[in-house]
Amino acid sequence: MVVIIDYGLGNLGSIKNMLNKIGIQSEISNDLEKINNAEKLILPGVGSFDNGMSSLNDLNLIEALTQKVIIEKTPILGICLGMQLMTKNSQEGTLPGLGWINAETKKFKTHTNTRKFPVPQMGWNYIDIKKNTPICTDFFSESKFYFVHAYYVETYNPDDVLFQSQYGENYTSGFEYKNIIGVQFHPEKSHKYGMKLLRNFINNY
Amino acid sequence: MLAKRIIPCLDIKEGRTVKGVNFLNIRDAGDPVELAKIYSDDGADELVFLDISATNERRKALSALVAKIAKTINIPFTVGGGISKIDDVSVLLDAGADKISVNTSAVKNPDLISDLAKQFGSQCVVVAIDIKLEDGDWYVYLNGGSVKTNLLATDWASQAQQLGAGEILLTSMNNDGTKNGFAIDITKKISQSLSIPVIASGGAGKMEHFAGVFKHGFADAALAASVFHFKEIEIPELKKYLLSNKIPVRI
Repeated sequence: MVVIIDYGLGNLGSIKNMLNKIGIQSEISNDLEKINNAEKLILPGVGSFDNGMSSLNDLNLIEALTQKVIIEKTPILGICLGMQLMTKNSQEGTLPGLGWINAETKKFKTHTNTRKFPVPQMGWNYIDIKKNTPICTDFFSESKFYFVHAYYVETYNPDDVLFQSQYGENYTSGFEYKNIIGVQFHPEKSHKYGMKLLRNFINNY
Repeated sequence: MLAKRIIPCLDIKEGRTVKGVNFLNIRDAGDPVELAKIYSDDGADELVFLDISATNERRKALSALVAKIAKTINIPFTVGGGISKIDDVSVLLDAGADKISVNTSAVKNPDLISDLAKQFGSQCVVVAIDIKLEDGDWYVYLNGGSVKTNLLATDWASQAQQLGAGEILLTSMNNDGTKNGFAIDITKKISQSLSIPVIASGGAGKMEHFAGVFKHGFADAALAASVFHFKEIEIPELKKYLLSNKIPVRI
C-alpha cells in the first residue's frame, strides 16, 4: 500500500485524487503501523518548515520514518515542503530537518521593484533533467510542473541532483539519493506531467 | 523561465456559473464542474471560483462543489466568496481547494490575512481587491463592488503583502465585463511595487489584451471569465498567440 503521510500540513486529498486517477490505491494516514507496513511513502506538505517538523515530532513520526527510510530503504517521495523537510535545516525556521540528504533549504532572493522574480514563485516552470533515473521514464519533452514556494533546496552533493529549474538562479527542483526522492513542485497539480511522475514513482521503485 | 498564467474565473451563484457586466446584469454560463473540466483539459493554468452568493447555508453547498471540482481537475484552484474566518478556510482546503481568496473581510479585519498566512502558509492566501478609478485615483471597493472605501488600491495592496498575502488578484471595476482590455496602468503600478505575484482581472476581450497586460502591465497571471465561458477566446489559440508574441506560457 502507498501511504500519504498525514501530519496536518497540505492538501492531501489532491494527491490521493491524482493517484486514484491513475488507478493506484493509497491511504492518507499517520498511523505508525500503517506506515511500518507501507510499500511506498509520500511526504507531502504545504506550510512552514518548523510547523512541519514539530507536527512530525508530535505524531512520533520522525523516528518511525527514519527507520523506514534509512534502515529499511522504503522508497519515499517528498513533495514541496516534504522535500525541504528531508534536508538538514531551513532558513525559514530554527528546528533541524530530517537530515536524510546533504542539503539545506534557503530563501529565494527577493527582487523588489523589478518584476522579474516575484516570491513566492507561483506557477508553471520547466525542469532540466540532470540524471536519468526511473522516475523520468517516458517523460514528455519539455515537461512543465506547477510550483508554489518561497524557499528552495541547495544540494551539496552534485550526484544527488535530479532536476534543476531556473528562477533568478539555477536551483535543485528535484533530488534523488538512493531510495529518497524529493521534488519542489506539485506533481499532483501538474496535469499529465505530474501524473506521469507519480506513476513512475509507484511503478519503477 | 516561469510561465505566465491564464486563469479562467467561474463566478458561482446557487451552484451555477454566472457572469455580469460591471458587476451587474448577471446571466447564466453553465455547470461549473463541466466548465472546470473543459478548461483544465484546454490548458488553463489555474482556476478561480468565486461564490458571489456566499451565505452560511450556501457555504456548505460550496464545499461539496469544491470537493467535486477537486476530484475532476488536476490543476490548482482558488476558492473565494464570503470567507471571514479560519474555519471557513479549513473546510474549503479540506475539500480540495489549493488557495482561498479574501476580499471584504480582509479590509474589515486585516489581521485575517496574517492569521491565515500563519495557519496555512502565504502561498494559499490570495487577497482579491476590487478597484475603481475616481478623480484620478484608484479606490478599493467592498461587498462585490457595492461599497466604496477611502483606501487607495496601492496602499491596500502593499499592506496586504506586508501582512502575508501570497498573491494579489486585482480587478478593475471600470474594465470588468467591458471587453475593452485590462487596466494596464494600475496593474503595472501595483505589480512593480510588490514582490508577490499579481493576477490582473477585468476587461479581457481580445487576445491582444492578454499580451498587453503581461508585457506592459507586468502581471504574472491574467484572469478572465466571459470570453472563455462564451468561447470568444479559446485557451489553446490564446496560448499559441502569446507564445508567438514571445510571452512564456505553458502549452
